[in-house]
Amino acid sequence: MLEVNGLRVSYGGIQAVRGITFHVNEGEMVALIGANGAGKSSTLRALSRLLDPAGGSVRYRGKELLALPPHRLVGEGIALVPEGRGVFPRMSSLENLRMGAYARNNKTEIEGDLEQVLGHFPRLKERAQQLAGTLSGGEQQMLAIGRALMSKPRLLLLDEPSMGLAPIMVQKIFEVIRAVASAGMTILLVEQNAKLALEVSQRGYVMESGEITLTDESKKLLTDPKVRACYLGE
Amino acid sequence: MNGRIRSSVSVSWQRHWLGLLLLAVVLLAVPFVAALGGQAWVRIANFAILYMFLALGLNIVVGYAGLLDLGYVAFYAVGAYTYALLASPHFGIHLPFWVILPLGAGLACVFGVLLGAPTLKLRGDYLAIVTLGFGEIVRIFMNNLNAPINVTNGAQGITLIDPIRIGDFSFAQTSTFLGVTLSGPQKYYFLLVALALLVIVVNIRLQDSRIGRAWQAIREDEVAAKACGINTRNIKLLAFAMGASFGGIAGGIFSAMQGFVSPESFSLMESITILAMVVLGGMGHIPGVILGAVLLTGLPEALRYGIEPLQRALFGRMIIDPESLRMLVFGLALVLVMRFRPAGLWPSSQRRRELAESAD
Repeated sequence: MLEVNGLRVSYGGIQAVRGITFHVNEGEMVALIGANGAGKSSTLRALSRLLDPAGGSVRYRGKELLALPPHRLVGEGIALVPEGRGVFPRMSSLENLRMGAYARNNKTEIEGDLEQVLGHFPRLKERAQQLAGTLSGGEQQMLAIGRALMSKPRLLLLDEPSMGLAPIMVQKIFEVIRAVASAGMTILLVEQNAKLALEVSQRGYVMESGEITLTDESKKLLTDPKVRACYLGE
Repeated sequence: MNGRIRSSVSVSWQRHWLGLLLLAVVLLAVPFVAALGGQAWVRIANFAILYMFLALGLNIVVGYAGLLDLGYVAFYAVGAYTYALLASPHFGIHLPFWVILPLGAGLACVFGVLLGAPTLKLRGDYLAIVTLGFGEIVRIFMNNLNAPINVTNGAQGITLIDPIRIGDFSFAQTSTFLGVTLSGPQKYYFLLVALALLVIVVNIRLQDSRIGRAWQAIREDEVAAKACGINTRNIKLLAFAMGASFGGIAGGIFSAMQGFVSPESFSLMESITILAMVVLGGMGHIPGVILGAVLLTGLPEALRYGIEPLQRALFGRMIIDPESLRMLVFGLALVLVMRFRPAGLWPSSQRRRELAESAD
């Protein structure tokens, strides 16, 4: 579904991503793990067109993504959950979710999806009228995921969903991600918490200083001695 | 849940309409009441509406889209000079107002995009500095475009600008309708009110529209707005363009009403005053912005006329020059309002809710 070929990203003179190649198949969840500064988020920002890569190609369902401006991605069925959540703090939860459906027109369909998303996240339903800025970190992350789902994506890009959350909240978020995936969503998950990411995904890529150094089924990566030593703290 | 949202919308609409009705009655009475104190007061009322016009235009840029613009007066200047140059003996051109006002609005709109395009990636303080520079550049151009070709007549400004005229009916002279005698300023007053109502309706419609929501989203988080499929570049340019065209129309009317323009009228202080109206009244909230404009135009004038007699009554003589005291009181009022009502005098219910929640 998504094929990334030789993607390079540089900031000034620094190469953050040095020609990486990977793919995501329809219906699977792929984890992109690595330490701080490995280039994971840069990769995702390039995919979601928030920054212009220095080279390479990104093909999505046969179409070149790098030729599209960022706001067109939603229409193509790609939704990004930005790093650090990125909810609209001075809008209510409900307004945030509705913004997710900004590019869609069918009102009855949107209302139906709204009910469905609120069903996924009972906490958001309780706090429907509350301003997003006053929600807890975990609730904001749920809201950001919910908002992305409101655009009815085929491919969900998750940027560090566990960042800055209490361990119990991280568990909850990952339960939600698992539920979304089991409903058939294709997901590219960028995550520092390698253990959790590899537990929920089917395949994984390990990134190190801008390059992909290892790739395998997630189950195998979890038992790989190098991964265990470097990322699982054993 | 849906029912609750819908009913709150209809309540706010009822409140809108009730407010507008009250406003209509007051608006009709104002020029006649003001005339009792002399035509100068009618002119002050006219300026209050003109500033309201400007403040509502700036509200689109600052209040809705959250783009801090300190050079808004530039668009006002573009509109004013467009009118002045095309309806005065300066070039000997005398086009009718219904040609020039839209032209001025269009030109201001172009300038809005000219300012918006290079500043798309800037936010907050950085944007404020660039827009401030832009405002000054326009003023300095108006000041110096008298050589080698005399376009703007420099610091002397342009005089003898045509008033707004429909056939033989001129807004500059006194005339009588149905037994009611209307002076020039009173006629301008009604014209301004009509235009202001139009601007208010446009503002309300924009606020509740798809574009309005996109502006709000950009104000809150630009990356997330992009991720929601909003074309942030076009939507931001649209905010600049729309705000600017309101400024252009206001400028044209200013030209016609005054009969005279000079670069002096378009200083940085003007931009700041208009911004103060928006912030003081209640950013992003239409009634608040209107209140801010009326107060900030009326208050300094009231102080100008009120301080001298007050001092004589209290102390028997003038102690402090009214002009300097006026700015002092004005400044103090701004400080007090921002200290005790940080969301503005009449904030939107949302802003109020927000401040209440963050205080918990």
